[in-house]
Amino acid sequence: MGNALLQYATVFVLTIFVGIEIIAKVPSILHTPLMSGSNAIHGVILVGSILILGAANTNLEMVLGFLAVILGTLNVVGGFVVTDRMLEMFKAKPVVKKPAADEVAE
Amino acid sequence: MSRETLIDLIYLVSATTFLLALKGLGSPKHARRGNMVAAAGMLLAVVATFFKYVNGHPLHHVWLILLGIFIGAIVAVPVARFVKMTAMPQLVAIFNGVGGGAAALVSITEFVHIKSTHPATYIILEVLLGVLIGTVSFSGSSIAFAKLQELMTGRPVTYPGQQILNGVVGLAALVLIVFILATGSTVLLWILLALAFVLGIAFVLPIGGADVPVLISLLNAFTGLAVAASGFTLKSNLLIVAGTLVGASGILLTRLMSAAMGRSLSNVLFSAFGSNITASGATEREDGRSVRSGTPEDIGVLLSYASRVVIIPGYGLAVAQGQHVLRELAEQLEGKGIEVFYAIHPVAGRMPGHMNVLLAEANVPYEQLKEMDEANSELQTADVALVVGANDTVNPAAMDDKTSPIYGMPIIRADLAENVIFLKRSMRPGFAGIENELLYNPKTLLVFGDAKDTLTKVVATVKAS
Repeated sequence: MGNALLQYATVFVLTIFVGIEIIAKVPSILHTPLMSGSNAIHGVILVGSILILGAANTNLEMVLGFLAVILGTLNVVGGFVVTDRMLEMFKAKPVVKKPAADEVAE
Repeated sequence: MSRETLIDLIYLVSATTFLLALKGLGSPKHARRGNMVAAAGMLLAVVATFFKYVNGHPLHHVWLILLGIFIGAIVAVPVARFVKMTAMPQLVAIFNGVGGGAAALVSITEFVHIKSTHPATYIILEVLLGVLIGTVSFSGSSIAFAKLQELMTGRPVTYPGQQILNGVVGLAALVLIVFILATGSTVLLWILLALAFVLGIAFVLPIGGADVPVLISLLNAFTGLAVAASGFTLKSNLLIVAGTLVGASGILLTRLMSAAMGRSLSNVLFSAFGSNITASGATEREDGRSVRSGTPEDIGVLLSYASRVVIIPGYGLAVAQGQHVLRELAEQLEGKGIEVFYAIHPVAGRMPGHMNVLLAEANVPYEQLKEMDEANSELQTADVALVVGANDTVNPAAMDDKTSPIYGMPIIRADLAENVIFLKRSMRPGFAGIENELLYNPKTLLVFGDAKDTLTKVVATVKAS
């Protein structure tokens, strides 16, 4: 168990705290986009899948790696597209639609 | 600068964009741009990876990699573009599942790849965690998908000895992990894979109904952690950072959701909530107490003369596809100078924050969507609380009936408003199958029928008055 592991463990632990800090600030109105956005982010496994398939020596590794690339792409592409579609819908109130309309929101 | 350093720098940039995206979600204003920045960061990381050297030589099978990406993309884009917003939870579930599956595959392939070099025990442990968590997430998410898509019952599935069996499977997985650590056997690893698959299914089957939002958050956290485990195996800071961020986010959301239901996480996961309550409430109330029911026209008049209206939507609204009519009603009322906002319970809908998305789709401006606490402090001065397709989230039994299964769940205080209007399909109790006292309150007016039809009539009345 060398220094390298310790370095990765450091990154892991610090990221937990950073993650909690940032995510605690997300309002509940955006929790669904948060889920699907973070879903897209773990699609970074595609990078791992590419490395695995790129290093494959045997047929078994190739099959598994190829599947991983497909699944990873599904995850990352689907995740970002869905999140974008959701966030696109969140619109502010049109500034003044009719001059007479009351501004209700603060 | 060497090639590897440059690629690592690009990975650092990507990891930063992921953080920025999550930070952007702090307000609806910057959220979309944040997501795009993260997508760009992801693209950058993927492209950079093609230039990476593994074990001193460039990537093999580049065309196969591109083919895999192509297949994944042509399936994912149309599905993600055209699925309905009500179907969003199952879509998120399945994208989450495939991510977990990919993480498990990455871990297992790396194990096969490095096995001949007799890797250190801690590396095997990282692989095993990746395989175990990733596979549980994959099979668990698949069942969650099937439940939400109504390919199977959405209710908890229980059978005798379920918890004991689950315990045995879980224990077997742990024992297997110890054996693999000791022997480094690939055969045992495949058995672990199969066992994890069964574990994921067995774990999700008894969770149903209103608990699914919690489940989805948890499975999201699982996939994140599986990706982080793969990151340890592959020695990739990028994977560790991204996976851990998602893990932290999923766990935080899971806790928020269980808190919003007033229950502990273990109660949500292991109690098969809602399986043994079969509409007991429907017959219980035969003591002659009556409800006050009205017509859509009554409501129209009541609303027209209010000065502050709070709308409390539940999933029933989305089932009736009434969001657009509801928004139209709100606009009509605002046109009359009436203050209108929506009070959203955190667990309304099928995933965390689902109701907000459904209303946003109907062009409700986000300033009008208020969180539970804020809404509750304003409900005291509201003239009308209009409850559409919600039930348990406004049930006062959660506050004052210690015997109620939902006792302790924070609710939206519709009961504080001067008048309460319920749009309901029937007297049937809600998702959790619990009788709602508020329905019998003298200040409550009930209108039975399809929410969309009723709302359309209400809009007509408001327009006319």
